[in-house]
Amino acid sequence: MNFSFNLPTEIPSVLAVVWFLLVAVLWIGYLVLEGFDYGVAMLIPFLGKNEKEKRVLINSIGPVWDGNEVWLLTAGGAMFLAFPAWYATLFSGLYLPLFLVLVGLIIRGVSFEYRSKRPDTKWRAVFDWCAAIGSFLVPLVFGVGFANFIIGLPVVTDPNNASLYVIASDAANVGVTPYFWELFSPFGLLGGIVVVVLCLYHGLLYLTLKTRGEIQERAKGLAKILGAVAIVGGAAFLVWQNLAYSPLFLSGLSWILLVLAAVALIVSWLTIGRGLAFIMTSLTWLLVALGIFLKMLPGLGFRDVGGADVPGINVFTAASTDGTLTIALVAALIMVPIVLAYTIWAYWVFRRPISVKNIPDDALAAA
Amino acid sequence: MTAETLARWQFGITTVYHFFFVPITIALSLLVAVLQTLWVRTGNERYLRLTKLFGKLFLINFAMGVVTGIVQEFQFGMNWSEYSRFVGDIFGAPLALEALISFFLESVFLGMWIFGWDKLPKKVHLATIWLGSIGTLISSIFILIANSWMQNPVGAVYNPTTGRAEMSDFGAVLTNPVALVTWPHVIFGAFMTAGGILLGVAGWSLAKANKQLNGAEPDGQIAKDIDAHRFALKLGAWTLIVATCGSFFTGDIQGKIMVELQPIKMAATEAVSTTVQNAPFAVLAWPDGSGGVSTAIEVPGVLGLLAGTENGEVKGFNELMAAYQNGELVDPNNQLAQGAKDAGLLQQYSSQLAAAGYVPDILTTFYSFRIMIGLGFLALIVAIIALVKTGKGKLPKGGKGWTLAMVIAPLFPLFAGSFGWLVTEIGRQPWIVNGVLPTASAVSPGVTALEVGLSLVLYTVIYGVGAVVEVGLFLKTIKSGLPVVEEPQVSTDEDAPLSFAY
Repeated sequence: MNFSFNLPTEIPSVLAVVWFLLVAVLWIGYLVLEGFDYGVAMLIPFLGKNEKEKRVLINSIGPVWDGNEVWLLTAGGAMFLAFPAWYATLFSGLYLPLFLVLVGLIIRGVSFEYRSKRPDTKWRAVFDWCAAIGSFLVPLVFGVGFANFIIGLPVVTDPNNASLYVIASDAANVGVTPYFWELFSPFGLLGGIVVVVLCLYHGLLYLTLKTRGEIQERAKGLAKILGAVAIVGGAAFLVWQNLAYSPLFLSGLSWILLVLAAVALIVSWLTIGRGLAFIMTSLTWLLVALGIFLKMLPGLGFRDVGGADVPGINVFTAASTDGTLTIALVAALIMVPIVLAYTIWAYWVFRRPISVKNIPDDALAAA
Repeated sequence: MTAETLARWQFGITTVYHFFFVPITIALSLLVAVLQTLWVRTGNERYLRLTKLFGKLFLINFAMGVVTGIVQEFQFGMNWSEYSRFVGDIFGAPLALEALISFFLESVFLGMWIFGWDKLPKKVHLATIWLGSIGTLISSIFILIANSWMQNPVGAVYNPTTGRAEMSDFGAVLTNPVALVTWPHVIFGAFMTAGGILLGVAGWSLAKANKQLNGAEPDGQIAKDIDAHRFALKLGAWTLIVATCGSFFTGDIQGKIMVELQPIKMAATEAVSTTVQNAPFAVLAWPDGSGGVSTAIEVPGVLGLLAGTENGEVKGFNELMAAYQNGELVDPNNQLAQGAKDAGLLQQYSSQLAAAGYVPDILTTFYSFRIMIGLGFLALIVAIIALVKTGKGKLPKGGKGWTLAMVIAPLFPLFAGSFGWLVTEIGRQPWIVNGVLPTASAVSPGVTALEVGLSLVLYTVIYGVGAVVEVGLFLKTIKSGLPVVEEPQVSTDEDAPLSFAY
């Protein structure tokens, strides 16, 4: 192991590491919360056997999905704020994948509201599929993306601007060929599939808690199958990750996180239908994400094309100034607990599971 | 076309489109909160019915506003990576705070408002729409602080080691004079639009009710409908009138600040080629065939008065361009620009700036500004006419003219906002950060024209389909009229149908 970081001449700020952790926390919040509403929305055309059942699925996430999505927006905003160079290089470098994410978020985001506004079956089917496809596309791309952060996205400096890093396999490719097809390596694809399956499983466990009646039973049955797939696929991915792409330091911790994630997933499978199962899949997201973010230290998921251990763009060089990081940290320390408090309250208000009996006969929304 | 040109179009199209939903979200949520408050306080059913009708319109609009807003947040990094890297230390803060403070607030509490009618006690439920609405207001503060920093980059210095702008005074960023006057201007514009929606919907519905009555005295349900719509029309019209006065007033202050900080934006917007005293306000402008512009129908002294300068002097773009070519700063007092100049950065950009011509597109800014004012003024006239035509218990007769007026009431203020943004953003060119970073230098170097072009086409298609769906649902909701309501009750029965369900 080589610990010779290419650090700037100044002593690196501990604030940068704190903010890196905070970005990780926001991503974990996003995966745990929106993970299940992606899962539920993907299942609308498949698990809902009739109109009322479909509406049970939609209404089970209806009051909360939009708040869940804000975790992603805040994670993106926090990357921009705390690591402008990371945000700049990553978002421009993964242009087409992020475009797919945006398309997914757009078509799913409007579908719940618009679906309810007309009674005809065709209209509603269109938005069921918009919700399902959008909710599939987003975790798929993020899964492929995170797998590639583990592999390391190759970076070079822009030939015209030494301060700006660009994702490219070669400086001659900058602005010529996008780094796109390279993302779909076997490991990258496995990452995409695992994240989608984990969302489905997480969503099914949510449904076992938030619905009643036949649909709840069906969710339990399907969770058994998808849970098994998630365990096998997840374990394969994590073992592969640790064998092939060991983190620069604390590789022992990375193995521990893997084992804990596997245990959490197995416990969830053994307790399907109980609250514990959902807590365990939430814990799985947390452990897997921690492992990935550990691997992204200090290179932020980038890889120096020249072969250096630490790329020139890293958690220290990409960070904002201490002044900005301090101000924002104070704001975050005040706001995050407040946000968590009212989010928990919102979940408590809508704690009651719903069944087809709760769905009004009127096909149009009651309000 | 180059990736840069396509990225500019993409920003223009997605931003103008997003801003169709923003003013309605901000101001209509607040008017709905006011209506619901009136219901909670008086118990009068008409306010509840109005809350439900305009709440529904608000939510149809909100859905599209949210999803098109996500594109905005991602777009800076995707298309403008050098911009993002260069300004992130300052610009990232308001964006992240916007998400953390306002997006959570509006999303979580609007979710509770939509689904909470039978879950929350009346007053708690009322609080949720207020909190959601306040969230949208806070959001507008942060994003306008961010945009105002692009117009007037205060509270920052250039760091030659890191090659970027860095925050030196967060307080100065928050209290940027451009932000302090832009925020109320945008908010007044938003209330013009939302007031126009109330006025347009209610005015159209009153004419429809009048036709149904066919001379008979209103009674029963139709009398109730007329009573509710009459109130909505008054609330909407007065909101529009007050907000129009507010936007004229704040817009005037904006102009006075612009003369000082972005003189060439003022020169372009007013087609002033050579510095003049007691500057006249021109109504028409056209290319003179030799690269400049000619103007006509000039009102003497008015521009000078609006600019508020000594002797009513307004600088011409010819003089300003010459000065900038000689290396003069756009704002000589700006610390960041001075630092960038001292470090030789502006020298580095000079060829790009020379190619861009230092001056924004004159005819676009000139006419956008005049269209903005014209649209706002026509909406104001419609509001006054509507009040007159429905005063003293009268009902509007309807007809094509009336329907047209009711369409103008919300749409003209909405489009006035679009044209206002064209002046603001095109008028800032060739700079992305005024006087510091040219737009051409800010684009992502690694992104190909194919990627930007492909996404541009697909956004346009998706947004186009979205617009058709959105307008269709809006009209359908308006035509179905005021809903019949039941007093919402907190439900304890596990199997009872939800009072609201998708």
